Amino acid sequence: MFKLKYDDFLIYDEATGTYSMSPEQQVRDETERNRWKSTGLTILKDWRLYLMLVPMILVYLLWKYLPMTELLAAFKYGNFDDSADRAWVGFNNFKTIFVGDRAPEFWMAFRNTFVIAFYGLLFGFPLPIILALFFNEVRSNIARSIMQVCVYLPKFISTVIVTSLTLVLFSGKQGGDVGIISKFLGAISGSNTLHDRLDDGLVYSLEYFRSIYIITDIWEHAGYDSIVFFAAVIAVSPTSYEAAQIDGAGKMAQMRYVVLPSILSTVVIMLIMKIGGLLSVGYEKLYLLCPDQGVGNYQVAEVVSTWSNRLGGDNELTAYGIAGEMTNNLIGMILVIGSNTIARKASDVSLY
Amino acid sequence: MKRKMEVSELIFKIIAYVLLIIFAAMCIYPLLYALSSTFSSFDAVTNSKVILWPVGFQFEAFKQVFMDNQFWINYSNTLFVTFIGSIWCLVYSILGAYALSKKRLLGRHGFNFFLVFTMWFSAGVIPQYLNYQQTGQILASIVGGSSMFDIDLKWLIVLAMGMNATNIILLRNSFEGVPSEIEEAARIDGATELQILTKVYIPMSKATIATVALFFGISRWNGYFWAYRVLGTQQQYSWPVQVYMRDFINKNTNLTLQISENPDWEIGKATSMVYAMVVLAMVPILVIYPFIQKYFAKGVNMGGVKE
Repeated sequence: MFKLKYDDFLIYDEATGTYSMSPEQQVRDETERNRWKSTGLTILKDWRLYLMLVPMILVYLLWKYLPMTELLAAFKYGNFDDSADRAWVGFNNFKTIFVGDRAPEFWMAFRNTFVIAFYGLLFGFPLPIILALFFNEVRSNIARSIMQVCVYLPKFISTVIVTSLTLVLFSGKQGGDVGIISKFLGAISGSNTLHDRLDDGLVYSLEYFRSIYIITDIWEHAGYDSIVFFAAVIAVSPTSYEAAQIDGAGKMAQMRYVVLPSILSTVVIMLIMKIGGLLSVGYEKLYLLCPDQGVGNYQVAEVVSTWSNRLGGDNELTAYGIAGEMTNNLIGMILVIGSNTIARKASDVSLY
Repeated sequence: MKRKMEVSELIFKIIAYVLLIIFAAMCIYPLLYALSSTFSSFDAVTNSKVILWPVGFQFEAFKQVFMDNQFWINYSNTLFVTFIGSIWCLVYSILGAYALSKKRLLGRHGFNFFLVFTMWFSAGVIPQYLNYQQTGQILASIVGGSSMFDIDLKWLIVLAMGMNATNIILLRNSFEGVPSEIEEAARIDGATELQILTKVYIPMSKATIATVALFFGISRWNGYFWAYRVLGTQQQYSWPVQVYMRDFINKNTNLTLQISENPDWEIGKATSMVYAMVVLAMVPILVIYPFIQKYFAKGVNMGGVKE
C-alpha cells in the first residue's frame, strides 16, 4: 500500500510539536531551483540555436496544428457559416456516418480507400525491389544511367498532366476514335465488356478504373522508389556473391540467401512508411479522375478524402465530412504506429 | 581468372535487360506521345492515328498556346510560386533541421515528435481548407481588405503550402552526419552559429540540399488541388498553370465528360493545345532534372530516418 514517507523531507520537532523542512530537502530544493536557472541560462546562452527553430515551429503550428482545432466541428451540427447556430451533439455525427443515413456513402468511400491502398501496396511495393535487383544486373554504367533517367522521370510529372494523359490514352469515342491504349486493349482482348465501356473511356468505367489507377500509380512511383532499394543492393559486398558461388549457389539461391537478407532492413523500413501512408491515398489524382458524382467510376473512385471534400461544399453536411475523414486519418495513424511496433518486436528494425 | 557465366545467371541477366527496357520505354512513351501529338494534324489527334511519330505536321496548336495571354500569366504565377515558395520552405527547413541535429538542443525529442506527428496524422481536407481561408482573411485584413480575395492569393500559396516533414528529416540526418571536429574547429576560430551553418554544414550537405530543393520545387510546380480549392474560379489571375490546364481541358475537350459546346474540329484543336501545354509545363522540369538526378542516390538516404 502506498504510504507517504514524510520523514524524507520533514523533521518533527517534539518540543514544539511542529514540522520543519529537513536540511537534505532544503539542499534538494536549492538544486532544483538552480536546475531551472541553469536550464534558462543554457537556453539564453544558446539563443541563436533556439531562434533558428522558431520559423519552422511557427509554420507547422499555424498550418498543420491549427487546422486540427477545426476537428471540434466534427462534434457539432448546424449551419456551418453561423457558429451560434451550431450545437454540440457529441458523437451523433459519427453515428450518422457509421450506422445512420450517411453510412452507405461513408463505408463505400472507406472501402474504396482501403481497396485502392491495398492493391497499390500489393502490386506497387514489390516492383521497385525487382527493378533494383534488375538494375544491379546491368553492368554498363551508361546503359543503366539512361534507363534510370527514364524510370525516375514520371515521378516529376504533375498529377494534372498524368491524369490528362491517362484520360487521353484510355479515352473513348469522343467525337473521334478511341485512345491509343483503349484501341490496343480492344484489339488484343476482343472482350465485349471492354467494347461496351469504350464510349465514355475506360477510366470512367467501373470495371477498369482500379486497374488503371494502380497501373498509372506504379508508372509514376516504381522507378523512383527503386532508388532506395538499389542503394541497398549495391551495398552488398562482392565477396558475399563469390563465397556463395564457390558454395555452388545459382542465381536464384544467391538472391535468396545473399541479397534478400542484406536489403531486408531497408525493405522493412520502406514497408512501414508505405503502410503509414496507406490510407492517405492520392486524393488529388482521384479528384481529377472522378470529377463529380455523375461519372461512371464514382462507386469505385470515391475515397474518404474526396467524399469529405464533396461534403465540404454543403453547409450542413460539412460536419459529417470532417468526422469521416478524422476517422480515416486516426485509423491511418494506428496503422503506422502498429506496423512500427510489430517491426521493432519482430526484427529490431523500426522507423521511429 | 575469368569466371564462367552460369546458365541461370545468363537467363536472369537477359530477363532483367528485357524487362528493364520495356519498363523504361513505358515510362517515357506517354511523354513522347504528347510531344508528337502537339505537332500532329488535328484530325490525326482526334482519330488516334498518332502512335509514336507526328502524323501530318502542323504548328497551329503551339502558336495558339503561345498567343494565349491567360496561359502565360498563369505560367509566370507558377514560376513565382515555385521559386519564392521553394526558397521560403528551404530557409525554414534548413534552419530547423540544423537546430534539430544538435544534441545539445533541449527538448530535442519533443521537437522531433512535433514534426513526425504531422506525418502520422493530418486534420483532413475540410479543416485544412478552413484554415487556409482564415489565413487568407487575416492576411487581407493586415493590408486593409475585407475578404480573402482582396489580396493576391499567390502569397498564401507561397507562405502556407508545400510543407514536408520528410524533407526536414532528410536534412537533419545529413547535418547529423557532419563530423563535429570541423564544427569545433570553426567555433574555436570564432564562427557564430549562423556562420557555422552557412560555411560548414551547408557546403558539406550539398547533395541532400539539392535533392530537397528539387522535392520542394517539384511539389510547388505540380501543385494543383489546394491552389484550385483556395483560389476557385474567383481569382483566375493568380492561378498556377496546372489549374489553368485542367480548366482548359474541362471547358474545351470532352475528356472530363463535361459536354463541350465546341464543334468537333475545335475539339481536335483543343486537344492538340492541351498537348502543347503539357509539353510547355514539363520543360522547366526536364531542364533542371538531369543536373540534380545524380544527387538522388546520395541525397535520399532513408536508412537513418529515426526520431
